[in-house]
Amino acid sequence: MSRTKPSALSGITLIVKRELGQYATTWSGYVIMAALLLVSGLLYNVFALGSTPRYSADVLSDYFFFTSGCTLIIGILLSMRLIAEERDRGTLPLLATSSLTDGQLIVAKFCSAFAALLLWLGMTLYMPAMIFINGKVSLGHVFAGYVGLALLGAVAISIGLFGSSLVKSQLVAAIIAAVITVVLLLLWMTARVVDGTLGDVLGYLALHDKHFRPFMDGTIPTGTVVFYLSICLFFLTLARNVLEGRRWRP
Amino acid sequence: MIRTDSLTKFYGRRQAVKDLTVSIADHEIVGFLGLNGAGKTTTLRMLAGLLAPSSGRIEIAGKDVAADTAEHRWQIGFLPERPPLYDDMTVRGFLDFAARLRGFDGARVARRVDEVITLCALQDYRDEVITNLSHGYRQRVGIAQAVIHEPMLVILDEPTSGLDPVQIIEMRSLIRNLKEHHTVLLSSHNLPEISQTCDRLLVIKNGELVMSGSEGDLGAGIGSNTRIRLELSGPKATIDATLAELAAAKVIDKPQIDATGDTFDVHVRLLGDRPEALSRALVEAGLGLRRMQPVKAELESLFLELTKGAPS
Repeated sequence: MSRTKPSALSGITLIVKRELGQYATTWSGYVIMAALLLVSGLLYNVFALGSTPRYSADVLSDYFFFTSGCTLIIGILLSMRLIAEERDRGTLPLLATSSLTDGQLIVAKFCSAFAALLLWLGMTLYMPAMIFINGKVSLGHVFAGYVGLALLGAVAISIGLFGSSLVKSQLVAAIIAAVITVVLLLLWMTARVVDGTLGDVLGYLALHDKHFRPFMDGTIPTGTVVFYLSICLFFLTLARNVLEGRRWRP
Repeated sequence: MIRTDSLTKFYGRRQAVKDLTVSIADHEIVGFLGLNGAGKTTTLRMLAGLLAPSSGRIEIAGKDVAADTAEHRWQIGFLPERPPLYDDMTVRGFLDFAARLRGFDGARVARRVDEVITLCALQDYRDEVITNLSHGYRQRVGIAQAVIHEPMLVILDEPTSGLDPVQIIEMRSLIRNLKEHHTVLLSSHNLPEISQTCDRLLVIKNGELVMSGSEGDLGAGIGSNTRIRLELSGPKATIDATLAELAAAKVIDKPQIDATGDTFDVHVRLLGDRPEALSRALVEAGLGLRRMQPVKAELESLFLELTKGAPS
């Protein structure tokens, strides 16, 4: 029987479908999404809306601030299993002997978690919708905030995917990813106590501080988009290198 | 034709595979024998493209696999010791996934999935969820995924491990059937099993190939076809003395003597090809030589002989 060499896109699509099916057919996907939806809803009610009258734009900015934390957490939780579970179940050789390269496999895994993250972000839209209906905010502000959340989520997924590529245990993978994320978040504090160029560099690398604020305020700075995409690319490349490196280990 | 040329693998400073050079003809079933830690799985994983060699070449159909890794994956089907199965999928769903992952699409997927389901005798389980399958059927699904893309070489790491005798017979038949379309390389600890399934055996010890050939070739290679069974009558003291003289003259090695009623059953190994010297000495000593019969060594003993001294 003749065969055609599979396109990378068809292989990636196949893996994405399988992974999305996994989120949909296992309790963990529902629990993760429901729990984070609940937490973001609570944060929205308690901190963003608050009990005193405020400008709608400020409420929306605060909503994005609190939701960004939930987005980072869900990004890590969605990605922690992506490679670790394959390794733990012994199914990695199936993928490793397929026509997909390690890089394409990482892209496929990333896309599946990112699609799930976008789905979750879609479920949070009711909160800015309430602000939009009852207050006075622009759709552009909402759009910019969600672009920021999607980018931040993509960064968390790439860090989670890197953690997942290192170990068999999903828990350990999540811990590794959480530590990296927290370090990147807290770099702005380190930058304050470090003088000179190094302080500037550390401040620039801080994941949230200066980079996310423009999105909260309704703008999409190109430099920050490039920054987030670069961080994503960096950790996805690391994850791919870890997968390639297994060819040299027992 | 699959060839390895001076294939070597280091894990740190430990050399797991040393200068392994083998050739496997098309449609040949080759068994890989060795004790645990001998380097079998490492070699299989290198052939499957899961592990990079430290040095040496692997050629499939005359092409160096390092030059085109994607093409290499295309030509190899691999069943690791633990079958790579998604437990939540049905047999058909999983094979459909595996076929698409390896480039089949549309109607061809359905046709090929049906073919491998028939080949692996999974018809009654096609809609069963994999987690509900017995070990033997999981192995079959593992083989089905390894051959779904019609690879040139199928590599099976311990395919009969953990199977009951009936499943082993069925698995042997399945592996023999693969020969029609594939070259098969398998490893196993089940020595009689591997001799019945394979056309040729490769024995590896401490990462080195120590023997290649059929079961008979292996026996000849270590001189074990010169084992002789003697049935002697006469005084025990004369038998002991005569055999001791022959051993001292390096005609035979140390004999094993068992009394069986009026006669003695003696097992010896000829150190040179001089059976006539043995028979003459026994007759001249006045012993009754009732039987002198070459003994075919069991595969297990050949294997132990070949791997003697290897750490297990």
